[in-house]
Amino acid sequence: MATLELAGLAKSFGALAVLHGVDLALADGEMVVIVGASGCGKSTLLRLVAGLEEPSAGSVVLDGRDVTRLDPAARDIAMVFQNYALYPHMSVFENMAYGLRIRRLGRADIRRRVDQAARMLGIEGLLDRKPRQLSGGQRQRVAMGRAIVREPKLFLFDEPLSNLDARLRVQMRAEIRRLQRRLGVTSLYVTHDQVEAMTLGDRLVVMHEGRPAQVASPLEVFSRPANTYVAGFIGAPAMNFLPARLADAGRAAVLKAGPVIAFADGPRAGRDGRALIIGIRPEDVTVLPEGAAQGLRLAVDLVEPLGSETLLHGRLPGGAAFTVQRAGMVRVGEEMTVGFSPASLHVFEAETGRRLEPVSLAPPARVESSAAMHGSR
Amino acid sequence: MHRRIDWPAHLVLLLGVALFAFPVWLVFAGATQDAGAINRGDLSLIPDFSHLGIFLSVLLHGYGEAGGHPAWRMLMISAGMALSIAVGKIVISVLSAYAVVFFRFPFRMAAFWTIFITLMLPVEVRIIPTYAVMADFHMINSFAGLTVPLIASATATLLFRQVYLAIPDELVEAARMDGAGPIRFLFDMLIPVSAANMAALFVILFVYGWNQYLWPLLVATDPRLDTIVIGIVQLTFGGFTLTPWNTMMAMAVLAIVPPVVVVVAMQRWFVHGLAEVEK
Repeated sequence: MATLELAGLAKSFGALAVLHGVDLALADGEMVVIVGASGCGKSTLLRLVAGLEEPSAGSVVLDGRDVTRLDPAARDIAMVFQNYALYPHMSVFENMAYGLRIRRLGRADIRRRVDQAARMLGIEGLLDRKPRQLSGGQRQRVAMGRAIVREPKLFLFDEPLSNLDARLRVQMRAEIRRLQRRLGVTSLYVTHDQVEAMTLGDRLVVMHEGRPAQVASPLEVFSRPANTYVAGFIGAPAMNFLPARLADAGRAAVLKAGPVIAFADGPRAGRDGRALIIGIRPEDVTVLPEGAAQGLRLAVDLVEPLGSETLLHGRLPGGAAFTVQRAGMVRVGEEMTVGFSPASLHVFEAETGRRLEPVSLAPPARVESSAAMHGSR
Repeated sequence: MHRRIDWPAHLVLLLGVALFAFPVWLVFAGATQDAGAINRGDLSLIPDFSHLGIFLSVLLHGYGEAGGHPAWRMLMISAGMALSIAVGKIVISVLSAYAVVFFRFPFRMAAFWTIFITLMLPVEVRIIPTYAVMADFHMINSFAGLTVPLIASATATLLFRQVYLAIPDELVEAARMDGAGPIRFLFDMLIPVSAANMAALFVILFVYGWNQYLWPLLVATDPRLDTIVIGIVQLTFGGFTLTPWNTMMAMAVLAIVPPVVVVVAMQRWFVHGLAEVEK
């Protein structure tokens, strides 16, 4: 168990900068999930921490010790790989014992540790099998067992669930979380799956083009995305974005599609006419009765019934794409009027994509209220 | 369920078997017959079972009157040479492929291509310079002279390179995180994982070594270093008034046995190994 600090960690392959300097600190026992689209540098970041790649700049400090130049084996880190990377010619027991044997642990000690880990993972009966005789889920467990027996200071997970089928993934996800809590080992987990990220992480790092776009708790990332990239990446179906301009001395926004919306939480800084992007999540949209004075006309062009909910895709006047999520199975016409509560809006600056907070309110006060609001929804 | 016998297919198979087995049978049958009769062209396809003793006498005494060696000696030389070449080739090419695939060092690709180019230079092409080098090293008429020049192998290096390239990076990285250094990785991962390929290659290389003719003929003129292949040829051009065809054929039969044993024994093993291969 240990803390991990990354300072200005950067990596370039030749002229191509993959990682532009990442600062991150993990508390003892914390599980941080790095999430992002492919090519965002999340795997490179993990490999730098593991020591499988040399950083171009910056440092990795594990438990107060600078390990930046150390060999992977000398760092006291264990890693679970995407394709499990089990040694095909060794039995499950030998796979788990291999790292311990190299560290010259006693025979009895190795036996005890492997047995203990196997019991914890429910693979006691498989110790004599070869990896090819195991199912995907069992291999996954062995890969985790191999990490656990090492009793490392830090766990690294590189998309460990992406090779499993959907059902097993949900089951293993919960198991990893339970195990990590129980062992209390500081962990770094890389995934491209936002559901995994939301459920597993104490905190999320949303990576975008080699930089952390936001580092925060899952709920904060969801309820107060730091920019339009994070807002669009986290949450499914993705957030709707509407171009708008600041109006009424910063107290309201004029949508390009027509209506004027007064901000519920206070005015935004800037001159009237400043270009904005208004974000609204599909689940926050309500359908208004026909003929309502306020609201937006939506021309529906695609209906996706998912059973517990229905997704309506369409276009607003002006051509912006817009998605509405409604509970249950609904029948809809080709046109409808939709609206939303001003309290559920996300306001971003159009030029930079950055979130614009109301000027009068201190951000932390709002975190609590929005988290509570989200929880009760 | 009753299966109808597919006669045409069986006929073709039987023909194939006959085509391959006939010469071997002919040699076996010929070995038991009188040399004079064979010289007259009266080679019977039915072996004379009362003369089966010729195999034992060739094995233990050779062609006595001409002063030839017993076949068991020549078989030992051949086996020693074939084994040394096969094992030597595998050891050298595993090491060179390991270096080329898993290590970054200056002129790595230059080294690889140099090895690759020697594919175009088999012993027959470089036989005179190779002989000169062996002569300078005083290795003419020695067992080392017989084997060393044949050991370097571009083919095997190339094969192992492909095998190692197919090993997933994550396996290498997992071993690194487990603390396996280069030597450990070689012995604990690479060699067990590529054991099936090594077995397959061993078979091919053993037969290659066993069948060597030109190089042993040139480098080892000392009769004590005669291989079985040389021994057979010497019976043909040995200055006999009557070529001892029956002795020669008996020796040929004996010469076939060891490679067949290796192929049969290893085949079971490497098919088993190949079936269990996993990425």
